[in-house]
Amino acid sequence: MKPFEQIVREHGPAVLRVCRAVLGPDAAEDAWSETFLAALGAYPDLPEGANVQAWLVTIAKRKAVDQHRSAARNPLPVNDIPEPPPAAAPADTDGLWTALKTLSVRQREALAYHHLAGLPYAEVAQLLGGSEAACRRSAADGIKKLRTLYEEDRNGIL
Amino acid sequence: MASYDSAGAGPGGTDTAAADTSGTRLLAPDPREAAVLAALHTRLAADAEPAGLLDVAYTVIDSPVGRLILAATDAGLVRVAFEGEGVDTVLQDLSTRISPRILEAPGRLARPAAQLREYFDGTRRSFDLDLDLRLTAGYRRTVVQTLQQIGYGRTSTYAGIAALTGNPGAVRAVGTACGRNPLPLVIPCHRVLRSDGTTGGYRGGPAAKKILLDLEAAA
Repeated sequence: MKPFEQIVREHGPAVLRVCRAVLGPDAAEDAWSETFLAALGAYPDLPEGANVQAWLVTIAKRKAVDQHRSAARNPLPVNDIPEPPPAAAPADTDGLWTALKTLSVRQREALAYHHLAGLPYAEVAQLLGGSEAACRRSAADGIKKLRTLYEEDRNGIL
Repeated sequence: MASYDSAGAGPGGTDTAAADTSGTRLLAPDPREAAVLAALHTRLAADAEPAGLLDVAYTVIDSPVGRLILAATDAGLVRVAFEGEGVDTVLQDLSTRISPRILEAPGRLARPAAQLREYFDGTRRSFDLDLDLRLTAGYRRTVVQTLQQIGYGRTSTYAGIAALTGNPGAVRAVGTACGRNPLPLVIPCHRVLRSDGTTGGYRGGPAAKKILLDLEAAA
């Protein structure tokens, strides 16, 4: 079995990007920490040959559900109209989050698990529930909306 | 979990996905990511210790005999390795023989690291550390424990150590035990020479052995 240090180095960046896309930049770091601490505890029992990244994303998904639940219990005021992102938006995660926030949670999750974590849609469907085709549609809708926002932003409209 | 058994079944990593559409370019890594991940790693190691999940902590330090890998369990220093042994190889061995719950966590190694620095500075002649000898067993463990009797600046021979263990015929086994000493430097296998006066082999290479013998002779 690989040393856990190696697991953190190999998969830490992808899990961070998934957490950011699903939860936003502020909550992402807490979710990452909770995910890897839980993973460290369970790691010795992980079957040999398991897909480690899919396993980590499954744990991160549970942590995200916990955070969404606690956010729902303590709702914060939210602006209906997204704040305009700063000028250097494409390289800026806060600006990206402004765009991602306009997606539904399901669209963000489908997009993150497939495009950032590299899970096939069959596995995305297991995580989110619903059919493989529905998850594919959610991710595609999310990407389409992001692309629109990205184009608008590049033209200085947003 | 059963559905995740096939490693590499996904459509590829983030690099492939990022090239996919203009929308996902937005999700490319940002330049602050390395710093954020370093801070998250430190936080993970700090959280793992009180949770009792850090079975092996390690760090890498510089020394006059090259970089050294130090590893400790909660019982004490368990491994000192030379860079030439390969960091990845050493960590994989610790994972197999102790536990895969291994993280780079310099905090637990602060005391051994400080004492080794003092040793190389010539201001320390013996180590005062908790040692975990679980990586050595049987006759090799007896040999390793016997090596601790050779004082700073003194030397012995493989035959001399064999005699001290009450097994004068085991000269070759003593050589093997020295070569497999899990805690070189701290347990001074470098103070064991051949009967003909030549230095003999060393896990860190013969040049490192000579540096240590010269250091102790000069002090």
